[in-house]
Formats: sequence, C-alpha cells, structure tokens
Amino acid sequence: MSPELKTQITGIDPEKIRIDFPILGRKVHNKPLVYFDNAATTQKPQVVIDALVNYYTGLNSNVHRGVHYLSQQATVAFEEVRQKIQRFINARFCHEIIYTRGCTESINLVAASWGRANIGPGDEILISGMEHHSNIVPWQMLCEEKGAALKVCPLHPDGSLDMQAYSAMLGEKTRMVAITHISNTLGTVNPVKEITRLAHEKGITVLIDGAQALSHMKVDVQDIGCDFYAFSAHKVYGPMGIGGLYGREEVLNAMPPYQGGGEMIKSVTFEKTIYNELPFKFEAGTPNVGDVIGFGAAIEYISNIGLDQIGAWEHELLAYATEKLSADPLVRIIGTAPGKASLISFLIDGIHPYDAGTIIDHMGIAVRTGTHCTQPLMDSLGISGTIRASFAFYNTKQEIDRLIEAIEKVKEFFL
Amino acid sequence: MKIEETTSAIVSEFESFDDWMDKYNYLIELGKSLPLIDEKYKVEANLIQGCQSRVWLHAEFDGNLIHFTADSDAVITKGIANLLIRTFSGQPPQEILDSSTEFLKEIGLTEHLSPTRSNGMLSMIKQIKMYALAFKTKAAMGN
Ligand SMILES: Cc1ncc(COP(=O)(O)O)c(C=O)c1O
Repeated sequence: MSPELKTQITGIDPEKIRIDFPILGRKVHNKPLVYFDNAATTQKPQVVIDALVNYYTGLNSNVHRGVHYLSQQATVAFEEVRQKIQRFINARFCHEIIYTRGCTESINLVAASWGRANIGPGDEILISGMEHHSNIVPWQMLCEEKGAALKVCPLHPDGSLDMQAYSAMLGEKTRMVAITHISNTLGTVNPVKEITRLAHEKGITVLIDGAQALSHMKVDVQDIGCDFYAFSAHKVYGPMGIGGLYGREEVLNAMPPYQGGGEMIKSVTFEKTIYNELPFKFEAGTPNVGDVIGFGAAIEYISNIGLDQIGAWEHELLAYATEKLSADPLVRIIGTAPGKASLISFLIDGIHPYDAGTIIDHMGIAVRTGTHCTQPLMDSLGISGTIRASFAFYNTKQEIDRLIEAIEKVKEFFL
Repeated sequence: MKIEETTSAIVSEFESFDDWMDKYNYLIELGKSLPLIDEKYKVEANLIQGCQSRVWLHAEFDGNLIHFTADSDAVITKGIANLLIRTFSGQPPQEILDSSTEFLKEIGLTEHLSPTRSNGMLSMIKQIKMYALAFKTKAAMGN
C-alpha cells in the first residue's frame, strides 16, 4: 500500500477497522469481497455478533414481566439500550424512543397512529421527490383512507431539495411534512433543521426519515427540532429487524396506540383497557430483546470510533471516488448536491445498469443496481435505474480503484 | 428439434467455457444477435413484471406451434431471452408445459446471475409457460 492511501488526517485506519468486521475477509466469486452496498445494509462488527450470541447464551428471557433474575437482567440491558439511543441522537427523554422493527415500521406507526387522529378530508401531507418507498406508501395509504392529498416537493437538477418550492408548498391544509434526512439514491443531505423550522412556523408536524443518516453523521433531534425521527439499526452496523422511532413526548402522548396487545397496557378488563405510558404504549407484544442489545453494541462501537472520524473518512472516500469516476467521460453521476453523503449513483453511457452490475458483481464487488426503492425519483429523472456504490468507514481507496477497474472491464464487455 | 435436444446442445456449448468471462461474452453475443422484435410488440402489455431490466415477450400461435419473440434493454437479459426462445419457440404448447428448466442450473445461470427478482429469467419462463397453457386451452376449446 502506498503511504498516501492511508489517512493521517482523519485518524481512521480502515485496515485496522476491517479486522472488526469478519465478513469483510471473505471472498466472492473467488475474489476478495468489496462491499459497496452499505446504503442497503451495513456489515456487523464482531462486538455486535458477540452481543447477540451472549444474549442468547446467557441472558435470554422475557422483559418487564418476571421477578426472576434473568428477566430483570434482560430488562435492565434492554432499557439501557434505550438510554444509549437517547444519548446517541440527543433526545430529551429515553421514553421518547420507541422500539420498532425498523425505519419502515416507524413511519407506518406514525402514519397509522398520528395520522388516524390528525388527518382528515382535504388535508395535505408533504413529502419530497427523493423519498424511499417507505416514506411514500404509508402516507399514500393514509391519504386514501382519509381523503387527504399527498403533495411532492420538487428537486433541483443536482438532486437538492427546492427549498423555495418547499416554503411555498407549506399551506393552510398541510398537516405533516415527511422528508428524508439523506437520500439513499442521490446522497443529498437535506437541511432538516430549516425544513422543520419552516413547517413549525405554520404549526405543521414534521417527520424525518433518518434511515441513511445515523451511520454517517452526528444526529441531534433536539437541534433539528423535528417531531419524529425514524431509523433502522441494520444501517448503523446493528442487527436487522430492529430500529426505532423518536417522537417528542407531547406528540407521542397525544397519539392513540399503534397495535394492541401485551406490554402496551396498564390494566385490561373486557369493558375497558387503560393504556400503558410511554414508551410502552407503542410497544405491543414481546419485543425483539436480542436485537435491541445488538443495536446497543453497535452504537457503542461507532461512538467509540467517533462519528466525526467516520464522517471525515467517508468524505475522503467520496471525494476520491467522485474524482475517479468524473474522469471517465462515459460515466454520468446522478446526484451532485453539495455536501453529499458517501454514496454515488451513476450510469455508464450505453450500458444498462443491470448489465454493468452483473459484471461488477463477478469482479467481487457488491454494488446495488436498479431503482433503490425510489421509483418515482427515477421516473422524474427519466432513467430506469442507476448503479450505486455506497461507502462505509471500513472501505478503502484501493477498493474504489477496484471498482474503477471493474468499470473498465464492463466497458470491454459491452462497448 | 425437440426441447431436450436444444437444451442439451446449450449445456454442451456452455461446458466448453472455462471461466465466467467467456460465458458472459457468449451471453452478450447471444443478446446482440437476438432477432429483432417487431416494434409494435414492445408495448406495456408485453412487458414482463419483476425484472430490473425491461423485457418484452410476444407470442403467436399458429394452431400447432407457439412462436416467441422478445427484447430487453439489457444485453445479458437479451442473451438469456435468446436461449429461452431457441429452446421454446416453434414448440407445441404441451411440450412447453412438460419441459424442465433444469438445464439453466446446469449451465450455471440460475446460480451466477443475480436472484430472480432482478434478472427476470424465471419470470420469462413463467410467462412462456402461461402462454403455452393459454394456447393449449384455446386450441382445446376450438376443437
Ligand atoms: C431513505 C430510506 N428510508 C427508509 C428505508 C427503509 O428502511 P428499512 O427497510 O430498514 O425499514 C431505507 C432503506 O433502504 C432508506 O434508505
């Protein structure tokens, strides 16, 4: 390795970091794996895998119920993670953190529960043109049920949000703004604080889809000021099937429950049920304790490395990849907003993304091709899909070089 | 030629490749040489759902045999379409319904191409079999 490929600036040595992620040592199609599909899901460090194994080998029991030792220990561990998440995103209270299956369920929870109580005929919900299907479809379902209308804020050609249009679209009838923090297709980082401020001036509730953000930057929900913030653990080096919803206490308290069942009740008679308080009101049934504990380990792991360090190295990777890809006249980068997060969507002139992706895969490199669950965005860009390389802090510049070589190979194959 | 004869010919063609690059080069060649579909058949109704690339499949029945034509905007997908058309086009509905698609495993395509949802190969086969069933029913009703 040549010395300039290692970074002194950020203090992150990816070669050392990589040792923490066992999967990065494997081969794919007989070549060392290059994992550039981090926006879809991130890999798990050994400490997260260990936390899962340790939970099931030494702690497994149901939470909040038993007086017995294991149940109490599991409950403590489970609730400690809630506090970790609270600190991680700087919520005021730990009961403002609701465990869910992930970002998608968090958004559905808000659409179903908050939406049921607050949306009526003629009301408007404002989303943006870069939303993931998870932040489109729940609102569409709500609108259909309530006779409300879904409005879509347009984007500038570089993939940034048209803030002038946004301001103008916040109208008398707008009840909810639901916008992503970071676009999983374009990499655009939206000005969520400003978005929230403008909506709040008009008394409009704000949900931020944080699925892509938590792994790349320090998120402070109080500073943003939003009412809801949705996220998934698996995109932050944690397990799949677990995630969370941050909701401001006042807003959560005013909402009806989401699902009914055990855990979310205080007392039940056949005549009337008294609901439990926050956060349990929104957590019906036995929760996913093991994965919560894995999530806790992931948060601790990246907090120890430091999100500033992580962000800095990822930006270095992004700059390097952007420079290399831009040098190729046949490559067109989709999404060039300033201050992007570390992912690049691109097309190779005259080559279908699926064809390119198939060859790149055979070179041992995992990239995503297709619409990335943002079909309306693809339609508005007039393209059928892109190739997307999304970087994490365990990626290296040598891996980007391998992607560039793979693109050369793709061109040999198809042009 | 019977379906099995075609599929075993395809299997031996693929056996001669010793690395994936040769195999894909061949598929790409097949994609580029796929007979052109009549533009009027490249319509929404002929689009196969569930593919990352767009695939159009058109079928015509002459009373005995089904004739397929296809196109795609991705070359590898076109190559696969070419193999399927070579196998199934010009065959009677019953033969198509009775045929096995094991040969695709043998040539390492189900294994090496990305999963079904994106490559559309299985969707194409399903559609081919659906046409066979529909034409078989139609022929039976005509008698
Ligand atoms: C921007 C964005 N929102 C929402 C989601 C949905 O996350 P999950 O599938 O983990 O619920 C994703 C995941 O791809 C995403 O990238």
